Amino acid sequence: MFGKLTLDAIPFHEPIVMGTLVAVILGGLATLALVTKFRLWGYLWKEWFTSVDHKKIGIMYIIVALVMLLRGFSDAIMMRAQQAMAAGESAGYLPPHHFDQVFTAHGVIMIFFVAMPFITGLMNMVVPLQIGARDVAYPFLNSLSFWLFMSGVVLVMVSLFVGDFAATGWLAYPPLSGIKYSPTVGVDYYIWSLQLSGLGTTLSGINFIVTIMKMRAPGMTLMKMPVFTWTALVTNILIVAAFPILTVTLALLTADRYLDMHFFTNELGGNAMMYVNMIWIWGHPEVYILILPCFGAYSEIVATFSKKPLFGYKSMVYATSCIGVLSFVVWLHHFFTMGSGASVNAFFGITTMIISVPTGAKLFNWLFTMYRGRVEFNVPMLWTVGFMVTFVIGGVTGVLMAVPGADFVLHNSVFLIAHFHNVIIGGVVFGVFAAINYWFPKAFGFRLNEFWGKASFWCWLVGFWMAFAPLYVLGLKGMTRRMNHYANPDWQPFLIVAALGAAVIAVGILCTLIQFYVSVRDRKKLTDPSGDPWGGRTLEWAISSPAPFYNFAIVPQIKELDQFWEDKQNGVAYVQPAKYEDIHMPRNTGVGVVMGAFGTVLGFALVWHIWWMAALGLVGMVAAFIVRAYDRDIDYWVPAAEVEKIERSRHAQLKQFQTTQVAPVAAPQRQKVA
Amino acid sequence: MSGNHHSHDAHHGADHADHGTTKSYIVGFVLSVALTLASFGVVMSGKVPHDLMMPGVIVFGVAQLIVQLKYFLHMGLSPAQRSNFAIMLFTLLILAIVVVGSLWVIHNMNANMMHPTSQMVPVE
Amino acid sequence: MSSPAVSATHGAFDGASHDGHDHHHDDGSKTLLGFWIYLMSDCLIFSGLFAAFAVLGNSTAGGPTAKELFELPYVLGETMLLLISSVTFGMAMLNMHAGKKGGVVAWLAVTFLFGAGFIGMEVYEFAKLVHEGAGPSHSAFLSSYFTLVGTHGLHVTCGLIWLVVMMDQIRRFGLTDATQRRLSCLSLFWHFLDIVWICVFTFVYLRGAI
Repeated sequence: MFGKLTLDAIPFHEPIVMGTLVAVILGGLATLALVTKFRLWGYLWKEWFTSVDHKKIGIMYIIVALVMLLRGFSDAIMMRAQQAMAAGESAGYLPPHHFDQVFTAHGVIMIFFVAMPFITGLMNMVVPLQIGARDVAYPFLNSLSFWLFMSGVVLVMVSLFVGDFAATGWLAYPPLSGIKYSPTVGVDYYIWSLQLSGLGTTLSGINFIVTIMKMRAPGMTLMKMPVFTWTALVTNILIVAAFPILTVTLALLTADRYLDMHFFTNELGGNAMMYVNMIWIWGHPEVYILILPCFGAYSEIVATFSKKPLFGYKSMVYATSCIGVLSFVVWLHHFFTMGSGASVNAFFGITTMIISVPTGAKLFNWLFTMYRGRVEFNVPMLWTVGFMVTFVIGGVTGVLMAVPGADFVLHNSVFLIAHFHNVIIGGVVFGVFAAINYWFPKAFGFRLNEFWGKASFWCWLVGFWMAFAPLYVLGLKGMTRRMNHYANPDWQPFLIVAALGAAVIAVGILCTLIQFYVSVRDRKKLTDPSGDPWGGRTLEWAISSPAPFYNFAIVPQIKELDQFWEDKQNGVAYVQPAKYEDIHMPRNTGVGVVMGAFGTVLGFALVWHIWWMAALGLVGMVAAFIVRAYDRDIDYWVPAAEVEKIERSRHAQLKQFQTTQVAPVAAPQRQKVA
Repeated sequence: MSGNHHSHDAHHGADHADHGTTKSYIVGFVLSVALTLASFGVVMSGKVPHDLMMPGVIVFGVAQLIVQLKYFLHMGLSPAQRSNFAIMLFTLLILAIVVVGSLWVIHNMNANMMHPTSQMVPVE
Repeated sequence: MSSPAVSATHGAFDGASHDGHDHHHDDGSKTLLGFWIYLMSDCLIFSGLFAAFAVLGNSTAGGPTAKELFELPYVLGETMLLLISSVTFGMAMLNMHAGKKGGVVAWLAVTFLFGAGFIGMEVYEFAKLVHEGAGPSHSAFLSSYFTLVGTHGLHVTCGLIWLVVMMDQIRRFGLTDATQRRLSCLSLFWHFLDIVWICVFTFVYLRGAI
């Protein structure tokens, strides 16, 4: 009846897990009670869960990513604490099997359930606004993508309390992840959570490609597209090209585990190296999927706060596209040591070195943008400068490991760990925080507090270097990754410093949370009446903050790269049109939520081999989709009168703001910002 | 592609682009059947030299791919089709990288790491 | 497939007065582009399966080989069914463009029969192999064979379900913009599966028999 699921699946004997479970249950109950008390269910359901508005979906992605960041980071703290203790005689506090799950969960969560939703959320929030569109190409599909992603999140979180998670490392290499060596449900949780959220990611990739290709404002040719949108386009192309490979690779592993097949087993002709090969064909583009939109965000921020057009827009576009293609021909550098021989290793070593060239070009572009600009060092800019310094060092250590000979020494050492955290934290996490601080006013109508933002930045920067500089040293000394205990006492001081570094990062995260709290509290003071708090250059700053649900009352006409900036220079940025028109909008729908819920049921049932429930989940998903296909009431028109009302109050607010400002908004280079 | 051509494009794409005629479907069908028979014939007839079989099968296979793309999927180089065509070319590039790359990498790995005589046999 | 994007018939409002300006209005080109991109991503799923088959196709682990197992005349029969179903789908599309609702449904039904025949043949073939002791768990070669061919079959099965839904929708709603758009997508899907099958019989069956 319940497959492999019994009460034994709940790890009662593990105090850490049970403590977390109690905390989660209490916290969950408290949240539910509060939502019920303030009668928010209807509001949440109508305005958020069933919303097909790209801005709200983007915000939900980012909120979930922040929550998952806390989960992934607590895994990090646990690992750092274990390694700071477990030298010589001491075994630390985490038993090996638990430690293995912790580092696996940390990697999986940070990549799939933190970095990916941050990126997807940002693209959702920003791309349609930057191209002058009213929504994405397929608003329902967008909602579905989010809820499929959520079902992956739910599965990962459930694995903490029911059963176990994979103890295989974040890519679950076979034969270790095969049924013979991982007989528990851990790897199954891994597989199904990634398959569900991966499906959502692929769908949103398709959605954004079509949005960017087909829904740009009239006149916005490809070479007049803002850089962030360009990077989003390339990222989504990479998503659609790479995620199918992940899907198929995991499906083959599933066939091995569930159907007794022999793709990656040791017996009967299976070849585990094929898994490693295939998963990295996805895995390497994946890192560029994460970093490219951050490059885009940095580009927007550098240009805005240097009060100059971006230096080398075209080279930025070409560099992004080059990276997009090259990212598909470097994957073997993740397994130089597997034994493909000199010619193969040489090829992939060289391509890896080549791919660093366009990235280098981008750095020079940012530097030249700042050169002789009136650089304003507020929070987004601080993250950007911190990124430039940090990322270059991460990039250099990467190129170092691109030399196959050097990689034989450093492979699977903590040097590698330091390298990829150097680029992912220094590139993606910094980028996401920069972007959140930059675009927050557009989402909510008020800016984020500067002080706590700066405090968060400095804690992250200092904490990052404290945590990972020691790992570079230890890697060169020969410490391998994923050790829950080590015999060499010389390593311990370094690991203690690293643990302290993690603690400093924890303070940084705390500062971010305080920043949100303080900003919400002081939202009146931090309000953004102009819609253009930074003196922005791109279209999203032309509309009010928060953006109206239809984004643009009148679809803008584009003649220049930084059209809004040009309009401000010419004093025509805020001209009220004589007449408004009806606006066509998609209706909210709960089908995405329903399909996500059935997806969760499907995933959970497959993990535990509860076949009737799996059938229920699958049939439910398909049926919900088909029912949706019969729904013909999926859109509506916003009457011109309503649009006019909203826009009139916006212009009234704008006028009031302009008269109270010393400098007019039309000349934002002199506008004082916070 | 650019914004102001949307509706224009769309009409070409959706309405005026060739969606074929009875004749074109029949031509495509006949060509496909002929090429399928040719492919199978190369292997089944026993009259083709062994070394030429694989090249022959691949040539007929690729020819049939092109026939089906043209007559059934109406792929072409008209402006309305150009972005679809470009997307397909990019896909073919990635496809080639995946298949050829995997073969190359695993072949070298096997050559270097596997014992030359070891046929993988069941381990009992 | 069931894109939420908008159909041209929007209730009380007169479509024509809006069509002129509203470039967000879906005229079908957006959906078809998106569906084409989806097909290409599906194509890459098959590229992974083909790569696995290419790498593992010779790892028979002492078990039966392709040459011993596959019966080419049978495969030729399957191929013919798919080819015929392609051209019958084409007829359905021609009827759609001519606005003949009855013709569309009839030709879709014929297409369904040939598609179902293909699936029937494939199921029989698989059952026979398993019965002969050449099931997917016998060797890496057989695992990759069953997975590759089975994934194609699964796609065709999804196509059959979709065909049924479309026949019902056309009967119910007629040839609206939405149903035409969806039928165009299904047409792409169906012909795409044909193309995958060409690669399957070339690289799996014929290559195996050489």
